[in-house]
Amino acid sequence: MANTSTDAAFVEFERVQKSYDGVNLVVKDLNLSMPRGEFLTMLGPSGSGKTTCLMMLAGFETATHGDIRLGGTSINNIPPHKRGIGMVFQNYALFPHMTVAENLAFPLEVRKIGKTTREEKIHRALGMVQMNDFAGRRPTQLSGGQQQRIALARALVFEPELVLMDEPLGALDKQLRETLQFEITKLAHDLGITVVYVTHDQTEALTMSDRVAVFENGRIQQLAPPDQLYEKPENSFVAQFIGENNTLMGEIKEISNGTAVVQLDGGDLIDAVPVNVTKVGERTRVSIRPERVEMNKDRLMPGAKTLKAEVLEFIYMGDIFRTRLRVAGSDDFVIKTRNAPDQARLTPGTQIEIGWLPEDCRALDA
Amino acid sequence: MSNAKDDDAVAGPVPVAPVDAGPVLAADGTPLKRSLSRALRRQKGRALLLIAPLLIFVLVTFIIPIGSMLFRSVENDIVANTLPYTVQELASWDAETGEIPSEDVFKAMYDDLFLSAEAKRHTRLGSRLNYEQTGMSSLFRQSGRGIDDLAGDAEDALEDAVPAFGDGETWYALMNAGAGEGNTSLLSNVRGRIGRLNDGLASADMDFVPSAEIAAVLPRTARTYTEWAVYTVTEDERVPADNDPWELVSLALVEELKTADLSGLSGDQAALLRQAQAVEFDIPPYSETFAEIDDEWVTIIPWETIQTHSSKYTAGYFLNAIDAQKTPDGYEWQPEEKQILLTLFGRTLFMSLMITGSCILLGYPVAWLLANLPASKANLLMILVLLPFWTSLLVRTSAWKVMLQSQGVINDVLVWIGLVDDANRFVMINNQFGTIVAMTHILLPFMILPMYSVMQTVPPTYLRAAKSLGATNWTAFWRVYFPQSVPGIGAGSILVFILSIGYYITPEIVGGTTGVFISNRIAYHISSSLNWGLAAALGSILLVVVLVLYWCYDRIVGIDNVKLG
Ligand SMILES: Nc1ncnc2c1ncn2[C@@H]1O[C@H](COP(=O)(O)OP(=O)(O)OP(=O)(O)O)[C@@H](O)[C@H]1O
Ligand SMILES: [Mg+2]
Repeated sequence: MANTSTDAAFVEFERVQKSYDGVNLVVKDLNLSMPRGEFLTMLGPSGSGKTTCLMMLAGFETATHGDIRLGGTSINNIPPHKRGIGMVFQNYALFPHMTVAENLAFPLEVRKIGKTTREEKIHRALGMVQMNDFAGRRPTQLSGGQQQRIALARALVFEPELVLMDEPLGALDKQLRETLQFEITKLAHDLGITVVYVTHDQTEALTMSDRVAVFENGRIQQLAPPDQLYEKPENSFVAQFIGENNTLMGEIKEISNGTAVVQLDGGDLIDAVPVNVTKVGERTRVSIRPERVEMNKDRLMPGAKTLKAEVLEFIYMGDIFRTRLRVAGSDDFVIKTRNAPDQARLTPGTQIEIGWLPEDCRALDA
Repeated sequence: MSNAKDDDAVAGPVPVAPVDAGPVLAADGTPLKRSLSRALRRQKGRALLLIAPLLIFVLVTFIIPIGSMLFRSVENDIVANTLPYTVQELASWDAETGEIPSEDVFKAMYDDLFLSAEAKRHTRLGSRLNYEQTGMSSLFRQSGRGIDDLAGDAEDALEDAVPAFGDGETWYALMNAGAGEGNTSLLSNVRGRIGRLNDGLASADMDFVPSAEIAAVLPRTARTYTEWAVYTVTEDERVPADNDPWELVSLALVEELKTADLSGLSGDQAALLRQAQAVEFDIPPYSETFAEIDDEWVTIIPWETIQTHSSKYTAGYFLNAIDAQKTPDGYEWQPEEKQILLTLFGRTLFMSLMITGSCILLGYPVAWLLANLPASKANLLMILVLLPFWTSLLVRTSAWKVMLQSQGVINDVLVWIGLVDDANRFVMINNQFGTIVAMTHILLPFMILPMYSVMQTVPPTYLRAAKSLGATNWTAFWRVYFPQSVPGIGAGSILVFILSIGYYITPEIVGGTTGVFISNRIAYHISSSLNWGLAAALGSILLVVVLVLYWCYDRIVGIDNVKLG
């Protein structure tokens, strides 16, 4: 996981609540603890309270209840400028009346750092983002990607231990995003800084982070490393929010040491891993990733349960085939298969049998 | 990191068209440049047509009046138009000698003054010259009244001796060319002269051409008769043959006949003139006549003044506008007691700066609130800011009078709480303080609105960014917010300063004597003293001052930094 240097938590939210209007809780009972050096991403649908959390950490909003600690001390009463947290804004917020170099000098000047040290640091920070040639330009004379690099350099130039980024790449095109995603993660790891990163792009969250916090409605639904989040979602919200997912509704028939038998609404029985279901007879939502569905019987365990399926649609996508099936009464069951030489291209109307490894099939709350 | 080059290319050189390809051609073979400009021309023409009404309106209501004002400030043809012969004769006179001009000058002056007194134009000239030399106005008024005595006596003597001269017909028959040769150049000269004197065209049709024969023998008589004839026809719309000419014509005839050689003439005319030659009438020197009217005429002062200011264009108004004047001895300051305009200019600039400064100080926080309050409260505040616009300027100014006067609200309250003794009430009105207070209030919206519209465009994230970078509230404001609001301050300041430098009503009402502006002086010269030339010069100077300040502002702050919205 993270290259934790100390075990003590560096950033801590404890039972934090936030309400803007005194009626609705925008953040409900947030508990979060980050070790030093971690890259944590907050991911969630719009309005789920990500920015609010970031703003409370930065000091621009006050928590209605609870405690936020940085390096072990509560920062509830410390004004933003004394928190020493670097911040990258979505719209860059570069000061338009200053040149790039002046923008970078600003945090150093307010810290009363001498001229020579200052210049050295600016040079180094611009070097980190390969923007040394642009020191004399005004922000308006830069492209979006260049501005974003400068914003990053400015947040890093005063060497904060914690950097917050609120959808910093939201306004950029896909290719540039990917480049910058890579650069940001590399810089964060090289410098050993702790980063809290907000996005609603799940690919970005999965590729960049040490851990991802999935937000919904002011609550963290799951906090886990990307692979766990994808492969072992802990509830149906996370399962559906992250990646593509097939769901089938059913009822628990049997449950014993780590496996469950689920009777689907169509009557078929399947094996699944019980995640947050406990009782026989409970309604459940079974989740299987499209790429974990198997059509080739040979690859399944002997005696594994299979389901009948009818091909409805076959889509050629280059590297993969995407096939839509009717399975157990559901019309939008999707499977993805690799474009391998021996892979059959199914025509609509074909009847096939599908199955999966029981550990890939998770029985979640309904 | 490898992709970093991709977006650096944004700053790289723009691809250039291939060098070898000649002029680029459009689809129909014409050079692309030409077909583009043809396409654009039509567009431009249409655009021009659209703004034509405005253009014409601006031209008619703005450019032309300003041009005419600028012209009026240097125009000075009144002396040459009213006293053309005098100016001509005076040209060879040198005031340095200390001697009064020759008899010829007095004679020319007699003729000019007689004509302008008949046309009632001599008082106008008197007031014009009075700007330069006190006493000129009354001198001309008085002389205009006394000047026809001598000519009247001459006419009486002439008519006593030859009663026929009491009849307009006789004169007409004598002076008109009739079938003989006419002197049309004399006629057109006189027409021009009368026209200039009356600021109009003396071109009415008339049944008279001076006889060339008479004009050769009796030039002054012919000229004065023609002057009378033209004047009678154009101004009084009467027929010369039915009317008796001015006494001046009789005077000229009597005087000229004393020396005239009538041998070339024949017939009735010659007989009549010979008869008139016998008239016994001694004409005293003209200088004596003038001396009788006013001793002033036999000093060099009026002559010097006329000579100094006889050119068609003058810097005199501009000199007056800066408390200087052109005297026969060169340029010098006005007498101490008349020097008030420079002080007024200085005061206008100073007070306008004070007003602009107070507007910035009072307006900035309001504009900031407007830009940062939630919409509902901001709207209410906006209404309060705009409220003054819905009230008449006079009402607002008068309200300040009520507030500030010594028996006014503020003084009453102060006395009532006991802060101020009843006997020592503050003097807050009819002075500079009152003017600054009232005008700051009146011009404040012009400062707030541009500031507000600029501040609205400054996103609050900048302040947050600054604070997250470690700046205190004050530093964040001063280093990040304030510089971005400067264009608003600039726009507001220009607006307020230019408005206040030419403000009139408020200083007039609450300014008293120490708080008035140069514009009040301009208004005085336009409506009371009728010295339009000086008013125009003052206005021109004001215009130049504003342009110079604008230019300085552009050099220092940069006019592109000014945003009105
Ligand atoms: N200043 C505010 N006053 C009142 N309500 C607010 C304010 N800021 C945010 N909210 C509300 O709080 C909730 C959470 O907002 P927040 O900005 O944290 O969402 P988010 O997760 O960042 O969403 P997005 O992905 O769209 O940026 C939203 O319902 C929003 O309407
Ligand atoms: Mg947000």
